[in-house]
Order: sequence, then structure tokens, then C-alpha cells
Amino acid sequence: MALIEVENLSVHYGVKGQLVRAVEGVSLRVDTRESYGLVGESGSGKSTILRAICGLAPMTAGQIRIGGQPVPTPRGRAFSRRVQMVFQDPYASLHPRHTLDRTLSEPLAIHGLGDSDARVVKALEDVGLPASFRFRYPHQLSGGQRQRVAIARALMLEPEILLLDEPTSALDASVQAETLNLLNRLRAERGLTFLMVSHDLAVIDHMCDRVLVMQHGRAVEELTRDQLSGAQMTTDYARTLFDASADRMLGA
Amino acid sequence: MTLLSVKDLRVTFDTEAGRVEAVRGVSFSLGRERLGIVGESGSGKTMTGRSVLRLIRPPGRVEATEMVFDGIDLMRASEREMRALRGQRIAMVMQDPKYSLNPVMKVGAQLTEGLRLRDGMSAKAAHGKAIEALEAVQIRGPERVMEAYPHELSGGMGQRVMIAMMLIPNPDLLIADEPTSALDVTVQAEVLSILDGLVRDRGMGLIFISHDLRLVGRFCDRVLVMYKGRVVEELEAKNLMQAQHPYTQGLLNCLPRIGGNRAPLPGLDRAAEWAE
Amino acid sequence: MATMTEWLRDPSPSSRAQARLGQSYLAWLRMRRNPLAMVGLFIILGLLFVAAFAPWVATHDPLAQNLSQRLLPPGTPGHWLGTDDFGRDIWSRIAYGSRITLYIVTLVAVTAPVLGLLIGTVAGYFGGLVDQVLMRITDIFLAFPRLILALALVAVLGPGIENAVLAIALTAWPPYARVARAETLTVRTSDYIAAVRLQGAGAGRIIWGHVMPMCLPSVIIRVTLDMAGVILIAAGLGFLGLGVQPPTPEWGLMISSGRKFLFEQWWVATMPGLAIFIVSLGFNLLGDGLRDVLDPRSSGK
Repeated sequence: MALIEVENLSVHYGVKGQLVRAVEGVSLRVDTRESYGLVGESGSGKSTILRAICGLAPMTAGQIRIGGQPVPTPRGRAFSRRVQMVFQDPYASLHPRHTLDRTLSEPLAIHGLGDSDARVVKALEDVGLPASFRFRYPHQLSGGQRQRVAIARALMLEPEILLLDEPTSALDASVQAETLNLLNRLRAERGLTFLMVSHDLAVIDHMCDRVLVMQHGRAVEELTRDQLSGAQMTTDYARTLFDASADRMLGA
Repeated sequence: MTLLSVKDLRVTFDTEAGRVEAVRGVSFSLGRERLGIVGESGSGKTMTGRSVLRLIRPPGRVEATEMVFDGIDLMRASEREMRALRGQRIAMVMQDPKYSLNPVMKVGAQLTEGLRLRDGMSAKAAHGKAIEALEAVQIRGPERVMEAYPHELSGGMGQRVMIAMMLIPNPDLLIADEPTSALDVTVQAEVLSILDGLVRDRGMGLIFISHDLRLVGRFCDRVLVMYKGRVVEELEAKNLMQAQHPYTQGLLNCLPRIGGNRAPLPGLDRAAEWAE
Repeated sequence: MATMTEWLRDPSPSSRAQARLGQSYLAWLRMRRNPLAMVGLFIILGLLFVAAFAPWVATHDPLAQNLSQRLLPPGTPGHWLGTDDFGRDIWSRIAYGSRITLYIVTLVAVTAPVLGLLIGTVAGYFGGLVDQVLMRITDIFLAFPRLILALALVAVLGPGIENAVLAIALTAWPPYARVARAETLTVRTSDYIAAVRLQGAGAGRIIWGHVMPMCLPSVIIRVTLDMAGVILIAAGLGFLGLGVQPPTPEWGLMISSGRKFLFEQWWVATMPGLAIFIVSLGFNLLGDGLRDVLDPRSSGK
């Protein structure tokens, strides 16, 4: 059963008088508990799709449905308990003047959920951070640690769906590995559905069951994981992308 | 022939939160070859690149037993002498052209600025040289690019302009600090091959700083792996797969590969001894 | 003492208070490195001290007239800054006058920036019609020269210190609104704002808890730099006889009444003038120092 359905989505907006067609007629379906990837280079519109789902980018045309229901505008509280997002830049996604405790307890306060002390400590432990970090500020943490906090924050409201916008591209290689492992573990433990954006095919291959290749706002090709690793793409662009990435594998 | 020789380089920052030792005793020498310096954030690789050009300002301090470029003692050179070296004989290309090109000057003006002010060339001659430089980095339609502003260029184009600008004075040594990290994957390959050709043709020395071990392994002749301010391993690029140090091995293995299995990626078990 | 600094420097604080105090302590250490900022701080602390302890610091009653002792030069025993035309000791009048200066400055500092911050953040966050309306109101206030507007308000409300303060505050808030709005426009597009919106936060919570803290540094710095201007406007109003009334020892008023004697008995007008100069300088230096410390360096690694 499709949990996320995007039908013919177009996102256009004006920048300094010019019309930018960020997304043009893209459709996709993500099943419950599936991990779906969106891959493309800059300007492909992949991040814009995530933002449109969240209501952070305007929907010019098309429909988005979560669990069969069209998303309300504005998205509302019920939506935020089903869908949450992890942003790309760990240095920009945490409020620089709030302690981690405040950042993590805020979603609970907004929704009137109690027991925030215990929940905050548990959230930190779930992402592998010591509870003693609770009253630190973001600038006292490394990039990888901040991203863990961002993941913890996204999971505070116990959503079913996690939207991930290039969650590891700003991180060092080894930290990326740890973060991806963490995400996979959490997904398995909580039965989450992932919609993940990346420019890195290797990351997508590791994390996702299916992937949609995008270019210039349009959907180019949808591949299953087996098709991706078996290099069975049918379009030229997908193949170019694959070659440029595979090229970076030593010994390949 | 040794172009650059560095012995026991140390870079320290005295902040109110304590003393931060960014580089702790790094030594290497470079001929007319390509040296890759690889490390994660906090390894000190960028600081190493910047200390060669003495670009580190207080509260940072640079100390070295020896830092000699082509017979010139970089530690003792005056600021005036350093200025003469920077850009002329030692050039630096940085990560994001959006931040390293002047946003309010046209590209052409920036390219010809050095030639006209420093070398006293006429406007026409400088223009001609700039066009030549843009063609050398395979930019089609150089006239149009000369008239553009940096924000009007794509990432790959901007980086090529940056490289062109840095190579006009024909430096002996180029320090490239993550030159392709901000670029799309398909563009990266292009820019690297341009850099490759230029370095080869002009016989320059190249220090290539990056976090991407595999990329550096393909592109450079020798690789220096840095961790927490120290060099943990130095090896020929072709021997990268036979790396001995566990940190290097960890770096090689921790990245996901297309077609790999889905098991948890091997993380880096950072043993405390590596920081010694 | 050592354990206190350890507690402040603890990398893993165990309460929000400890975290906040720790950061403030580090900011203080950063500011300490700036000698000019320390000079500014010293001057302001001096002002606070003199104002607080005026009855003990002053040598005479500021209002006591002694016509046999009028217009004595500085250095006269017992009157180290001299006396004015009514025989009142100038140093004592300056000392008590510092209270008035401080009163005016504090009242303006807690009203104008708060109003400006509120208007600026709301305008910046909502954009559109709300922004247009609020900014046009701001523009209208900004279009008037400050002193003239203050004059007009005082003329309507009548002379007196509270009215002078009100007049100054009403003319001082527009720049803060502008500054706050500019910061808000930058902050509004950040990922952390997007994240909290996605959690279902309302505009009120976002503006109060997320946007305003980011605007505070610019506003605080602006306040310290503005203080000099506020003192001068208050002095100007006093000079024109529209603020504080004689015989209150307000510094501007002292300059005004000392005008007549400027050439022979220069000290009557110059001493309060120097006091204004020193305090304004102090606020300026402090403001500069605060800018270096409060400038969000948290955007970098």
C-alpha cells in the first residue's frame, strides 16, 4: 500500500522576475516501510520535492497524498506527527542559541506531550550520544554529532515517514558511514519509511530499495536496486551518472 | 629536484577555550609531482596548505624547523617577499568559486587585474592573455565569460575560471584545497582532467588537499594521510590498496560502494594511539 | 575560585543555567582581550558607581546655592571642578546629574529597542501586507529629524523628564525595527526555522523563541552605540529648556546655563560637556567591543 503518493507534481516559483521550473510533472509512489531514493545533480529538483511534501515549497500543480489522504494546506499538527525531515547541513539545521535539550524538547512542548526529561535522554541514547551532552550548544558538537541530534529531533514525534535531504553529504567519510548505519538501524527498529535525496549513487545504493533519477526538474528513470547495481539503466543520463560514480571506485 | 621542503610544521591557535594544535609536526617534501594530502575535518590538512603560503593570522602561530621553497626560506621571508611569491610562484585554488571570486567585479577584470597592476601590461595584452588562459581551461566562448559576473557562472565554470586565474602567472607550485568538492559528480571529472592536463604540461608541483581518499588515489602520485594534525601514513598512490595504517584502511573501506552488500558499513574505530 | 571557572568551563553542563553562564563566561574572556572595550566598560561602570553612590561621592549639596562662592575656578580647595553662577559645586551637580542621565538612558534602552524588535521581527517574518504596513509606519517615524520630533512631542506633552524620555523613545525605535527586520529576513530562510515549522509551531512561538534570539546581538550593539545619541538628545532638550527643568542638575541644562560664561568662566559649561563626552565615548567603545563578541560566529565551524 502506497504511503506517499506524488502525482504529477510541478513546483514553479519566481526569482527576481524569472520563472524557475524546479520540478516538472514528477510522479512517484513510496510503499510503507520502503526506502526510496531521489538522485540527481544540483538543479535536478530532488530537494524541492521533499520541501513540497512538507509544505516548505509551493505546489504549482499536481497532488501529494500521504496514506491516501491529500495533504492539507497548511500542513498542520497531524501531518507533523506523521512526516518529519532531516536537513542537509548539520551546521544550519540546529538553532545556534538553543541547547540540545531545548531543541529536542520543543516538539514535545508544541504537541503537549509530557515526560520530556525522560524522552530527551532516551532520544540522545537512541542516536548514540551520551546524556551528558544534553545542555551543550550546537557549536560544541562536531558535524556528525549535530546530524545525530537532527535525526533524534526528527524522531521525537515518532513519525512514520522520514524525509532525508542529503543527510550525509556535509559529513566526513567515516562519519557518513556511522550516520548511515544509524539510519538503517533506526529504520529497522521503528519500521520507518524513508524518502531520501542524495547526489551520491553509492549512498543511494546502500540505503534504498528503489531510486528515481532526476535531471532539470524531470524524472528520468526509476530503477530498483538490482537494476542499479547491475548497471541495467536504459537512459543515457542515468548511465552517465552511474559511470561518473562508479569511476570513483578503486579497482573498478 | 625538491621544490618545497617542510620539516616539523606546527600550527597552534590560542583561543580562550584553550590551546588548539591544528598541525603537530608534519614533514614532507615535494618535487615537480603531485602530492595528495587526505584527511577528515580537523585533520589539519587545510592549515598545512595555508601555512606554506603563510596565510595564517593571529591567534594562529606557525612554527617549523624548515620550510623552504626553491631555496627561499619561507619562515624567515618578509611579508613583502611573501606577497611577491603568492600568486606568482605559489598559487592556491580553493573550494567554492562563489566565495573566492570577487562578486562585484566582472570575470575579465579579475583575470587581468594582476597582469595590469603587477606586471604593468597594457589592457589589450592583458585581455589577450586572459582569453588564452580561459581557452586553456577549455571554456568555449571566452569573450562572453570575460563579461560575466561570478554569480552568473555555474559551479564548474567558476572553478575553471579560478584555475585559469591562478595559472596565468605560471606558478611553480599549485595548492588546490578541495577544488572539486563543491561540484557535481559529472563536472568533477571534467575539471580534474583539465587540472591534470595543465599540471602535466607546465611541469608544476601540485599539492591536492581533499577528504576523498579514492579520488586522491587516482589523481596524485603520492599520498599523505593526516589524522588530528599528524601524518599517519605516506605512500605511493599506486600502493594505496596495500595501505598499512589502520586509519587509512578504515578510510578506504568505510565508504559505500555500488553493488556492495547491505551490511553495516565498517566504521573507524579511532584508537587513541593514532593521535600520538 | 578555581572550581568556579572549572564549573563554567565544563564541556558538558548539567543544566540550562550552567550552559548559559558558561557561554557568557567565554564571551567575557573574549571581550577582555579588547583593551578599548575594557576602557568603555570601565567608563560605564564608573558612571554606574557615581550614580549609585552620588550622595557619598559628591562633596556638596547640588542644589545649595552660595552666592559668595560663585564662579570659582577648578582647583579651588573644596571645589575641584569649580562652582557655577549660583555658587553650586559643579562636581556634585555632575555626580547627581549622572543619575538623571542614567535614568533617561535606561528608560529609553528598555522601551525603544523592545518596540523596534517587536515590529521588525513581525514585519520580517510575515512579509507581504503586514511587512508593508509596518515598514511604512517605520518610514514615517524615520523621516522626521529626531530632535525636531522630540521637540514637538515635548511641546505638546509639556516639559519634564518623563515626557522627554517618552519623546526620545518614540523617535529612537525605527532603526531597531529596521535592524530586526533585516536579521529576520536572513534568519527566516534557515533550516532550523523550517524544522520547527515542520514540527507544527505557530508564528508566535517561532518569532519569540527562534527569531528574536538571533536578532538580539545586533539590537544590543545598536543600543550601546545609540546611547551616545540619546544622551546628546536629552542634553539638547535640556539645553533648550524643554526637558528637565532648573534647578535639577541635568548635564545638558548645565551646559545651557553655563553658556553665558563660556569665555571667562569656561568650566561652568565645559565640565558637564566633558562628562557627556566621556560617557558617550564609553558607550561607543563598549558597543564596538560587544560587536566583536556577540557577532554570531556560530555560523562557522
